[in-house]
Amino acid sequence: MTVAVRVIPCLDVDAGRVVKGVNFVDIRDAGDPVELAAKYAADGADELVFLDITASSGDRETTYEVVRRTAEQVFIPLTVGGGVRSVADFDRLLRAGADKVGVNTAAIGRPELLTEASRTFGSQCVVLSVDTRRSAEQPSGFEVTTHGGRRSAGLDTLAWVRQAVGLGAGEILLNSMDADGTKAGFDVELIEAVRDVADVPIIASGGAGRPADFAPAVRAGADAVLAASVFHYGEFSIADVKEELAQAGYPVRRAA
Amino acid sequence: MAPPDIVVFDYGFGNVRSATRAIEEAGGSATLTADRERALAADGLLVPGVGAFSACMRGLSRADGPRIIAERVSAGRPLLGICVGLQVLFDASDEFDEHTPGLGIFPGVVGPLDNPVVPHMGWNTVRVADGSRLFEGVADRRFYFVHSFAVPAAPVPGAAVTTCRYGSEFVAAIESGTVAATQFHPEKSGQAGIQLLRNWLNTL
Repeated sequence: MTVAVRVIPCLDVDAGRVVKGVNFVDIRDAGDPVELAAKYAADGADELVFLDITASSGDRETTYEVVRRTAEQVFIPLTVGGGVRSVADFDRLLRAGADKVGVNTAAIGRPELLTEASRTFGSQCVVLSVDTRRSAEQPSGFEVTTHGGRRSAGLDTLAWVRQAVGLGAGEILLNSMDADGTKAGFDVELIEAVRDVADVPIIASGGAGRPADFAPAVRAGADAVLAASVFHYGEFSIADVKEELAQAGYPVRRAA
Repeated sequence: MAPPDIVVFDYGFGNVRSATRAIEEAGGSATLTADRERALAADGLLVPGVGAFSACMRGLSRADGPRIIAERVSAGRPLLGICVGLQVLFDASDEFDEHTPGLGIFPGVVGPLDNPVVPHMGWNTVRVADGSRLFEGVADRRFYFVHSFAVPAAPVPGAAVTTCRYGSEFVAAIESGTVAATQFHPEKSGQAGIQLLRNWLNTL
């Protein structure tokens, strides 16, 4: 009995539509997050992540509606992040049907948000999303960034993770901005370094280019692996990733 | 035959929307309410629960949950607890160094999981108890857990205790007469979870 490595597709959602072209032939509306979520669930996704990149706060209601419809049709856990700033935002997303809420920039500005949210809803639903890159400026060699990796937050990644877990974060979504988009594999040194300081689950993100890239991330200490475009573009499937992980000796959940 | 009438007890804790939809997906008719008479009259009462044990107990008490649950149990009326909804059926919890009494339907005290990484988050296998009806057809499947505390595995007289291991072994599900409960989330466990709920509905 060992908990399975989770394989998680991430969907970027803008005003209720999936962005970054998705080319599946077997679904009717590839822009509908609910349809895509159902397809990934059927394909064996262990969880789903929606990253809400809606710029206008006036369109937030659309996001809640997407979360509601997804939770009503898809019976696997759903994490929703993007633009979460307050306990009230957590509350709205959880009420809409999210199981976990991802918080990033707002926690950097006001770390107490992690404590408030975990005390109110339990740390199991507080996911700290960390966008990080290599930097000689910080003692660990990794720094936290904001604005999609364009700006430094002036924080050491390991110090931030340690602090955030202490404050109540129940899971770390670790995104390597260096590896993101390269398809050259995960930053395993980063994962190892964060594993050493975090006693909560780690989702590794950024750099997946082929099914064989995932096992090294797990070896480095990731509890879950996340990818977006490789799944959306059908370069390989969730089942392909699980097959590789199983070959490498890691437990996976097989689709029904 | 009309589908079984299930009340999902709405006392402010737990992913009630998912639980309600999952019951419907499994073939039941689900109503989300904290109304005492409805909760007593339903064919089955589903007690969800997420977050801290003490907070869930306070919420239950505000909604008269302890009495409703006790009345149903003593009358042999079916009940399904999920996650903290399982934990509250036991004697007490020592979560966060705070001793909180539970409903005392089953013997045992909720304590922290013994593993370097918590919460226990993800899909795990279970060791299904002899005589289990919940796990018919899904005994070899994985179910979705997310929790930092659990009831240590121990035999409970008259109950089928299904266990899971994460560091140490703990209660993953318990079935005794008309009372059933799972530490994992069947409403988040894909088709295996829906089948488990269907199995529960079939016992009603």
